[in-house]
Amino acid sequence: MDSIYNDLNAPHSMGTTIIGVTYDGGVVLGADSRTSTGMYVANRASDKITQLTDNVYICRSGSAADSQVLSDYVRYYLHQHTIQLGQPATVKVAANLVRMVSYNNKNMLQTGLIVGGWDKYEGGKIYGIPLGGTLLEQPFTIGGSGSSYLYGFFDQVWKEGMTQDEAEKLVVKAVSLAIARDGASGGVVRTVTINKDGVSRKFYPGNTLPLWHEELEAKDSLLDSLSATSPEPMVS
Amino acid sequence: MSSIGTGYDLSVTTFSPDGRVFQIEYAAKAVDNSGTVVAIKCKDGIVMGVEKLIASKMLLPGSNRRIHSVHRHSGMAVAGLAADGRQIVTRAKSEATNYEKFVSRHLSCKVPLVSVDTAEAGEFRVLRVYGEAIPVKELAERVASYVHLCTLYWWLRPFGCGVIVGGYDRDGPQLYMIEPSGISYRYFGAAIGKGRQAAKTEIEKLKLSEMTCRQGVIEVAKIIYGVHDEAKDKAFELEMSWVCDESNRQHQKVPENLLEEAKSAAKAALEEMDAD
Repeated sequence: MDSIYNDLNAPHSMGTTIIGVTYDGGVVLGADSRTSTGMYVANRASDKITQLTDNVYICRSGSAADSQVLSDYVRYYLHQHTIQLGQPATVKVAANLVRMVSYNNKNMLQTGLIVGGWDKYEGGKIYGIPLGGTLLEQPFTIGGSGSSYLYGFFDQVWKEGMTQDEAEKLVVKAVSLAIARDGASGGVVRTVTINKDGVSRKFYPGNTLPLWHEELEAKDSLLDSLSATSPEPMVS
Repeated sequence: MSSIGTGYDLSVTTFSPDGRVFQIEYAAKAVDNSGTVVAIKCKDGIVMGVEKLIASKMLLPGSNRRIHSVHRHSGMAVAGLAADGRQIVTRAKSEATNYEKFVSRHLSCKVPLVSVDTAEAGEFRVLRVYGEAIPVKELAERVASYVHLCTLYWWLRPFGCGVIVGGYDRDGPQLYMIEPSGISYRYFGAAIGKGRQAAKTEIEKLKLSEMTCRQGVIEVAKIIYGVHDEAKDKAFELEMSWVCDESNRQHQKVPENLLEEAKSAAKAALEEMDAD
């Protein structure tokens, strides 16, 4: 018989939906917020978009531990590089370092990543670094288990040179679509927009997201049913 | 500013009472005795030229290059002891290549991402793979760091050569000069070697910010022909290179026809001066 502790002992995995898109003037990174251990949601409000430098952020998917440690290493390397260079690191260099760590340790790591940022030479750039440690510069990219449901969507909706507003709306819509279909993605939608003026974080709680086909309205908490008025006691 | 440092000049790890390290100053003298090297930064690139003094008529023209390509986008002109210069160029090439992609000697072994780089601030562990061409500033700093390293230990002697690094990267064309002491400064125009004082005077007369590299090549040739001392050194060969928009930001020898044009313009300018 399967041990009843399977779920509790399973490694923390971020089922995840992560997205990175470029727009005219910068990039928008988006992600859901579910971290699961097996079927148990270990963290329903996690932040999967972490900072590498002032101008470069990374979306993490796959093993939570692996992606966190990898990000820590790359942040450390980039910090040294920035000091040596005397100016902010480029997105390309950040992505290359992520790729090097990912590739050189491919036997031990299980994490798909999206690196996005803005630098003064190339502007906004997105790099996808899937499981084996490939490095691919793309105008947009999607990752994580929830991304399977978004390929057709992006094929239809993607266009070059969107405005910041269009891009942010696209990312939020896409993540919420994936959350609707992928059991391993859920919670809230977080976005990070990076351009020449800096970084701006946005947060979209579950109840602000549109409801898709056959979705039921989310309940904030089961405790809400407790605060509802209780039925009158029956009197004979 | 020469003074005898008797007693304090035997080792590079000894300071004199007035705070000088004489061995380094003596190393600089080795540079001062070599053929002139001139380099200028024009508005669209860098031009470098060397007065290559010919020691023997038996030498093949075009051999014993004094200007070397260090990377696609940058080159290095050497003055002083040639063998020392070769060492510095090799180091610079290696720094440039490894910055971009680390090449391991053994294909099967795991590529080390972090390597101990003794030239950088002691024994700091420095990351060496960045996936993009090394910025010229970074290259110059690393070469300077390496040259300086050799002035710190009693079992090493300082390099007897000065080096001019010219490159064109994403921040535009840049020119750096590195002296045997390990000092590295960024310049609009630089000269080292025998005729450096006269060359610097000539460079200062030029309007570099308005000059293209095509014009710069002619000017550098004129300067080198001008500072060449016919009486003391008989024959010399002019070696020139550039990295500019016209060369697609690649460091390369100045094309033959332009070089010939520059040489004849320089000779003509000389005759004009003599005629006065």
